[in-house]
Amino acid sequence: MSGIELYIHIPFCVKKCLYCDFLSGVFDEKMQRRYTAALCTEIKYLAATHPDCNISTIYVGGGTPSWLSEDLMDDIITTVKKSFKVSPLAEISVECNPGTLTAEKLNVYRSIGINRLSIGLQSANDDELKELGRIHDYNRFLHTYDLVRKAGFDNVNVDIMTGLPHQTIEKLEKTLSCVTMLRPEHISAYSLIIEKGTPFYEKYKFDAVKQQAGMETEDLPTDEESYHLYKYTMEYLEARGYKRYEISNYARNGKVCRHNIGYWDRVPYLGAGLGAASLFNNVRTSNISDIYKYVETSEAIASGKDISFDLSSPYFETEETLSKKDAMAEFMYLGLRKMEGINRADFYMMFGLDIEAIYGPVITALRNQGFMDAKEGRIFLTDIGIDISNQVLSKFLLD
Amino acid sequence: MDQSKIRNFCIVAHIDHGKSTLADRIIQMTGTLTDREMQAQVLDNMELERERGITIKSQAVRIIYKADDGEEYIFNLIDTPGHVDFNYEVSRSLAACDGAILVVDAAQGIEAQTLANVYLALDHDLDVIPVINKIDLPSADPERVIEEIEDIIGLEAQEAPLISAKTGLNIHDVLEAIVHQLPAPKGDVSAPLQALIFDSLYDPYKGVIVFCRVKEGTLKTGDKVRMMATNAEFDVVEVGYFGAGQFIPCDELPAGMVGYMTASIKNVRDTRVGDTITHANKPAAEPLPGYKKVNPMVYCGLYPADGAKYPDLRDALEKLQLNDAALQFEPETSIALGFGFRCGFLGLLHLEIIQERLEREYNLDLVTTAPSVVYRVHKTDGTMIELTNPSNLPDPSEIDYMEEPIVEAEIMVTSDFIGAIMDLCQERRGQYISMEYIEETRALIKYTLPLNEIIYDFFDALKSRSRGYASFDYELKGYMKSELVKLDILINKEEVDALSFIVFSGTAYERGRKMCEKLKDEIPRHLFEIPIQAAVGSKVIARETVKAMRKDVLAKCYGGDISRKKKLLEKQKEGKKRMRQVGNVEIPQAAFMSVLKLDED
Repeated sequence: MSGIELYIHIPFCVKKCLYCDFLSGVFDEKMQRRYTAALCTEIKYLAATHPDCNISTIYVGGGTPSWLSEDLMDDIITTVKKSFKVSPLAEISVECNPGTLTAEKLNVYRSIGINRLSIGLQSANDDELKELGRIHDYNRFLHTYDLVRKAGFDNVNVDIMTGLPHQTIEKLEKTLSCVTMLRPEHISAYSLIIEKGTPFYEKYKFDAVKQQAGMETEDLPTDEESYHLYKYTMEYLEARGYKRYEISNYARNGKVCRHNIGYWDRVPYLGAGLGAASLFNNVRTSNISDIYKYVETSEAIASGKDISFDLSSPYFETEETLSKKDAMAEFMYLGLRKMEGINRADFYMMFGLDIEAIYGPVITALRNQGFMDAKEGRIFLTDIGIDISNQVLSKFLLD
Repeated sequence: MDQSKIRNFCIVAHIDHGKSTLADRIIQMTGTLTDREMQAQVLDNMELERERGITIKSQAVRIIYKADDGEEYIFNLIDTPGHVDFNYEVSRSLAACDGAILVVDAAQGIEAQTLANVYLALDHDLDVIPVINKIDLPSADPERVIEEIEDIIGLEAQEAPLISAKTGLNIHDVLEAIVHQLPAPKGDVSAPLQALIFDSLYDPYKGVIVFCRVKEGTLKTGDKVRMMATNAEFDVVEVGYFGAGQFIPCDELPAGMVGYMTASIKNVRDTRVGDTITHANKPAAEPLPGYKKVNPMVYCGLYPADGAKYPDLRDALEKLQLNDAALQFEPETSIALGFGFRCGFLGLLHLEIIQERLEREYNLDLVTTAPSVVYRVHKTDGTMIELTNPSNLPDPSEIDYMEEPIVEAEIMVTSDFIGAIMDLCQERRGQYISMEYIEETRALIKYTLPLNEIIYDFFDALKSRSRGYASFDYELKGYMKSELVKLDILINKEEVDALSFIVFSGTAYERGRKMCEKLKDEIPRHLFEIPIQAAVGSKVIARETVKAMRKDVLAKCYGGDISRKKKLLEKQKEGKKRMRQVGNVEIPQAAFMSVLKLDED
């Protein structure tokens, strides 16, 4: 019986945020119902094709999963529990946006075993929320947070963002102080990334290039400013009892997100839903990304039709079997995102090779440059190594 | 074949005056190609030529023309490049001709290269007939242009055909002028063979295809021939003439004809352009006068971006050299760039063309170092070296003095811009020679200029300061003693040999400063601070700093989708591969060319 994680994707939102390039869109309730049914079909299909799996964490992400009506959420979680063996101690998280939760909905969540909520705030400044195209203001977030606490949730995350257009240390400080005063168990602090295909890209693409090149910018913070915003966030949170355990994640009293850590530790996981990714038996796959194709595939399976497919599941759009080198590289560049880094012994257990035989020179060079350190059998990035982690981690790719 | 019915001629013109368009039109009007086969600018068959709208290589074609007198004439038309860099090509083609058509733009009139090309044609004893093109333009002023031709060149031009090559207007007049005003070739078909090689081409099946003009005697299939300069002997496999874009075999090439021969020649060096072909058993007493051999004026280092492609680069250069005798190269090594070649070119356009051909036709990714002219370094021990690579400059203590090449430049410009152009020449260390008004509103200005002041961007500067109205030609005049220094670039305290260049001491500071600024923009930020310094000897004259990168994190990893993260890391790693490692700094390949663009802003 192996422990695995389950990710469930809900690709719906009330309105698309201007910076967001995740697989999500605005669909009516009819489509939401149809999709939920398709999702449940896939969950059952996954359970049938992956027997003997014990689910240790479930993460319902989006889009805005909390926008779904409570009966649909109930269907999903109940289907998972019926189809799989779910550990009684499983962490079950749902992503929420302010304004999409009610006391009734939260009660249903509690009753079906959801025990962790992640609320997207991003900023406590209304002008910034407007600029980002969020559906809520700060007050609405406070209301939602209050509902969540009153409903008895004791493991709550709040998402915030740094590097926003025209963001100053003062504005960031307001967001940080507002959030930390509420004492959520967990805070995720992401840097804004200007992604292609978003309205933000069209608006800020030149600035983004300038930022990257270390030049003067117009709207976005310069590279230097964004460095300070990011550093300030880290220091602010650490000083208030939030321990940074991964590049962008902070937790109080050890309340880390177990599901997330699983990704960095390469715990096998199954993804259900549109575009969802999986890692199983060293094969990385991702699901169909066209919502109509996705529901039609599920409906065909549900009706018992024979369908032909090229990859190893009718739901897959991509499938890549990892070589040993790929797996070793992943072990390094994913594991090193955690502050505690990786364990030499784990590498040996996993690959039957001494880590020095593969990465000795890279590790030595990075240690000499001060980007990496080692202690008690572990190897981890230093603060300055974390700051430029993309540069450092790319060194662990193998040809 | 009746010699009196043959006309061998070329078309000469200033760039853009419509030379290739006229050639196309002649080919089309004589029915050599049907309209359907007609592709704009038939003779410019290199992809690059069509794209840039210029002629780089000479091309030849045989045309049959039925004249008004009822007789059929054979025209051998040789298209020539117009740019000053390719004068050498022009010179080679002219040697194969008996006459030339001079095309002059009806709106622009005579330009600097019109003059240069006409003089070149007259040097080769060619008869020249002027043709006024583009008379369909609203700004056309044929009368003024006719006057210019008569006054400046001294050619009779009252009867010059007034044409539009674009629309086909009056092309017939040109064809008749060729018949009546250009001479037929002379030469005795039974005399000992003398055929001048004016070009060659390598064909993987036929070996070297030799382009020649038979001056005396007859060249036949099966003949045993000897190259008079190299003494190499071959059995002729095929002779023929040039169709439009193809080779058409025939039995023999008698005196007066232009055509080609193949003889399973594998080694290009055996068939030198300018050499004379004769019969092995009945050799001519004397070779034909070859033509002026040109020496490269500009040198630069060419390196494969991928070091493993070094042999490929060598092969490609050898192939290009086959029909581009002006291209020279020899192996060299650079600490920063590894193994490569020091290549000599006629000018910057020539360099660019070769570089582009290597990249396109041979799929090579190249790193090019800053171009340099050939300096003469007189050492204290009395010896002199010709310096083509700045890195080889001897220690200053061994140098007595240095000389740099100078050119005499002729610039033709409308009077409004005379001041601006003189300022430009002055800035480029020019020395005024003379100025004459060739008509009320146009002047011909002569300057001597150091070659290294004009090879980079002089032409562009000239065009922009005269709003496109100035034209320019130059000729190498010799060498002049000059205060020159080697400017070294240090990146993170390490000298980068491939970035060194020789510069006039008075402009060293300015150039060093610009170079550092440019490199600062070209070199990506590293994890540490990188000083960029320009130095003359041990003295640092300019400095910039590439700041260290402080932050580069990809925060979000969503729903376990790590593929994006992986792509980003891979991109990062791939980017590094395209860089050159100097010490622990990675320098993008474009940086090595940046010296070229110092004056852009």
